[in-house]
Amino acid sequence: MPLLLEPSPNEVKDKKLYAEMGLSDEEFNRIEELLGRTPNYTETGIFSVMWSEHCSYKKSKPLLSKFPTTSERVLQGPGEGAGIVDIGDELAVAFKIESHNHPSAIEPYQGAATGVGGILRDVFSMGAKPIALLNSLRFGELNHPRTKYLFEEVVAGIAGYGNCVGVPTVGGEIQFDDCYKGNPLVNAMCVGLIKHEDIQVGQAKGIGNTVMYIGSATGRDGIHGATFASEELTDNSAEDRPAVQVGDPFMEKLLIEASLEIVKCDALVGIQDMGAAGLTSSASEMASKAGTGIEMNLDLVPQRERDMTPYEMMLSESQERMLIVVEKGREQEIKDIVSKYDLEAVEVGQVIEEKQFRLLFKGEIVTDVPVDALAEDAPVYHMPSKKPEFNRVSQKLEFNDANDILEQLLQQPTIASKEWVYEQYDHQVQTNTVVKPGSDAAVLRVRGTDKAIAMTTDCNSRYLHLDPQQGGQIAVAEAARNLVASGAEPVAVTDCLNFGNPDKPEVFWMMEQATDGMAKACELLKTPVISGNVSLYNETNGTSVYPTPVIGMVGLVHDLKHITTQLAKEPGDAVYVIGETTEEIGGSEIQKLLSGQYEGNCPTIDLKTEQKHQQQLLQAIQAGVVASAHDVSEGGLAVALAEKVMTTPLGLTVDIDGEDAIELFSETQSRFVVTVQPELTDQFEQMVDAVRIGTVTNNGQMVIKFNNEKVVDRSIDDLTKLWKGAIPCLLKSKD
Amino acid sequence: MRFAVIVFPGSNCDTDLFRAIEEVLCEEVDYVSHHETNLENYDAVLLPGGFSYGDYLRSGAIASFSNIMPAIIDFAESGKPILGICNGFQVLLESGLLPGAMKRNEHLKFICQTTPLIVENNETAFTNQYRLQERINLPIAHAEGNYECDEGTLADLEKNHQVVFRYADNPNGSKGDIAGIVNERGNVLGMMPHPERAVEQLLGNDDGYKLFQSILVHWREQHAVTS
Repeated sequence: MPLLLEPSPNEVKDKKLYAEMGLSDEEFNRIEELLGRTPNYTETGIFSVMWSEHCSYKKSKPLLSKFPTTSERVLQGPGEGAGIVDIGDELAVAFKIESHNHPSAIEPYQGAATGVGGILRDVFSMGAKPIALLNSLRFGELNHPRTKYLFEEVVAGIAGYGNCVGVPTVGGEIQFDDCYKGNPLVNAMCVGLIKHEDIQVGQAKGIGNTVMYIGSATGRDGIHGATFASEELTDNSAEDRPAVQVGDPFMEKLLIEASLEIVKCDALVGIQDMGAAGLTSSASEMASKAGTGIEMNLDLVPQRERDMTPYEMMLSESQERMLIVVEKGREQEIKDIVSKYDLEAVEVGQVIEEKQFRLLFKGEIVTDVPVDALAEDAPVYHMPSKKPEFNRVSQKLEFNDANDILEQLLQQPTIASKEWVYEQYDHQVQTNTVVKPGSDAAVLRVRGTDKAIAMTTDCNSRYLHLDPQQGGQIAVAEAARNLVASGAEPVAVTDCLNFGNPDKPEVFWMMEQATDGMAKACELLKTPVISGNVSLYNETNGTSVYPTPVIGMVGLVHDLKHITTQLAKEPGDAVYVIGETTEEIGGSEIQKLLSGQYEGNCPTIDLKTEQKHQQQLLQAIQAGVVASAHDVSEGGLAVALAEKVMTTPLGLTVDIDGEDAIELFSETQSRFVVTVQPELTDQFEQMVDAVRIGTVTNNGQMVIKFNNEKVVDRSIDDLTKLWKGAIPCLLKSKD
Repeated sequence: MRFAVIVFPGSNCDTDLFRAIEEVLCEEVDYVSHHETNLENYDAVLLPGGFSYGDYLRSGAIASFSNIMPAIIDFAESGKPILGICNGFQVLLESGLLPGAMKRNEHLKFICQTTPLIVENNETAFTNQYRLQERINLPIAHAEGNYECDEGTLADLEKNHQVVFRYADNPNGSKGDIAGIVNERGNVLGMMPHPERAVEQLLGNDDGYKLFQSILVHWREQHAVTS
């Protein structure tokens, strides 16, 4: 009997076995108080995952409450699998972003693949059909063999899973910085489309209703994954490899199709995926939200390994599993649906009136705890915070040849073409992708309407590293800027807060400041946060990653005619810059290039100015007077201009005035580069405060004059080759 | 004209193919499950892309043993057109309806891009609307599209004009730059590129439309002769 091998409640307490599961002494005492007795081994395990940061947000909750979460469009805010916003025509968009950082650091292919699988389930468990995947990735510098391996395998894992399930991976962003060397970030976002009438919630309502299990059998993989995700990585983390799950995208594909048919069946009461903390969190959260209890017989749970204990079953994070609640007596209807997809639906329990989470195993009650104690009574911590010391001094940067700087910047992996990455992702399946990866935002048409939706992920963590308040604002503003440049009205945000160890006051201060900045920007730009995820303890051997609150933002293109891309269109078109440029080099690519570090002040942002520029540009796009639009980000104006013509047969001649040529590479915020047909320039200038700086040419040359002096003169073909070749070249090099 | 889109577990371009026929070509089309055993009511059979049975074992290998396959083989023998795209091509190879096999791409990575093709034979049921040697662009999206066959087979394919599409810029290492081939009789086409992804200008490319139009034109010609 395996149960006999489990430690007794007294041993759990006396030997402090709960500590290995991630519970503190105070937390264990609190559990004893809530139960009025000492929990047994299985119960302790269940509490430990439900009270982990990953599931309970116990250290981040006070920060999350700052975010605006409502607007006229929001149909579902935070708290369910994914948030949902209305896009008119009785249609809505469901989306969420989630991290899979720790698993990806240890086993990059499976870590990334199952990250994609998990976020898909969050979205289709709402009843939405997944129509797009995006990601946000962070790695160390590409000059280290382990980093190259992580990068290649993470991309392969995302591709392997997303391509197979038939959901296009349409966008994303990648930055490379040393701080991510041991702790890469792998955030996956999924966007789904849903009819209002099909919106589901994960609730276990109706006493006596049946709890059913669908999908892969439960194995021993991923046990304690949620706890693993709530600890720092160390040199010994590879020993935690069993905490990493293995994905089966084929099963996921069947599960998506079956689930989307189930949600059309009115026998269904509630549906939730088994994500972090698997069976435990899905069942207890569904009961807690409905104000009911759940009783499950673990002997009925499909198992793929022999002699699994209740502890193992409840803590397993085996992938591709769903839990549903079905009206009593109508179980067969569900079984008939899923059998079409060669799946099985198995009755494992029922909804009970007593608000208890009760598990039976071989005729014995092995767990009997109040549902709310798991899902609601997790402690909330107000962590101490302390402002770290910042070095506000930055060295003066000097260079001789702007041509050389531009060429080098285009080869920085963060700026370089990501074609090597996105060509491994099927970004066209489902045939909705109007704007493919490589422009400011991906744009997908919404069938049956004249609308489209635009989506992006963004976060420049170098700015947050220097100033989390400004950086947090910029992350939101930049995401919105990308959507506006694509012709979309930004509507809502999903966020993935990647930070270090919150027990360190300096880290927590960064979290406070960053979320504060994000909240302000979301408020002003009218993009509420409708879903998200927190990933803390992103540290390796005590060193934290830069604060990286990734913003996933979705926007609505009101008419297909408004869709705009970044590439210049015709020779003779006028080139404009929206937004003034000042010398802001803290946290910039040129600072990294010339000084090897980030220091000083990050660019400042004035949200009112940002809002004005975005509104003016969007109105001009909607009026049909803009030929192309692109936001100015890493590498500044010179890089943004190059990005408008690289891969085209066109050229650019521009003349810019300023104090110092370094302004060409300054990363001042709230700027766009726009091209306008010559006959529309008057109309454009009436609508938008912009400065005309030059003309699109057909000579294939990039010519920049600064104060009338030619400082850049390069062939577009040559620049394109450098820009496209940089990442493949770094991966091949032997250092 | 009535098309059948065969759906295997794991097919993921079935809907795209269905919509290309229904919404763009504006002909009748049904999804036909791999459980079915009869295709008598159809004028053309389409095998979609995707990852049938997860591509476990080998791409298309398990699907080639599914219940629908005998009906597909009968359909081929009857001379009616069968088009296998991407995973559908792999299924046709695994079932022996077309010669050769697929290896992993030369660079061992999945590749999704739009690639130029040359129409090498415009006298088939699938290409009669293209010009001979016409250069078209079609999307590809596969990890195992590196066509392989022995030298004798290759010589036969060339001699019989069975190579229908050739890559202008070979993206995957395929022997003879082969992107698509027909059987000797000319009624079974397998191709790695995705014409169903290129039927609307909104998505930036409609070079694939003429392929579906060709099937319709061919059927109408046949139909006019027989009736």
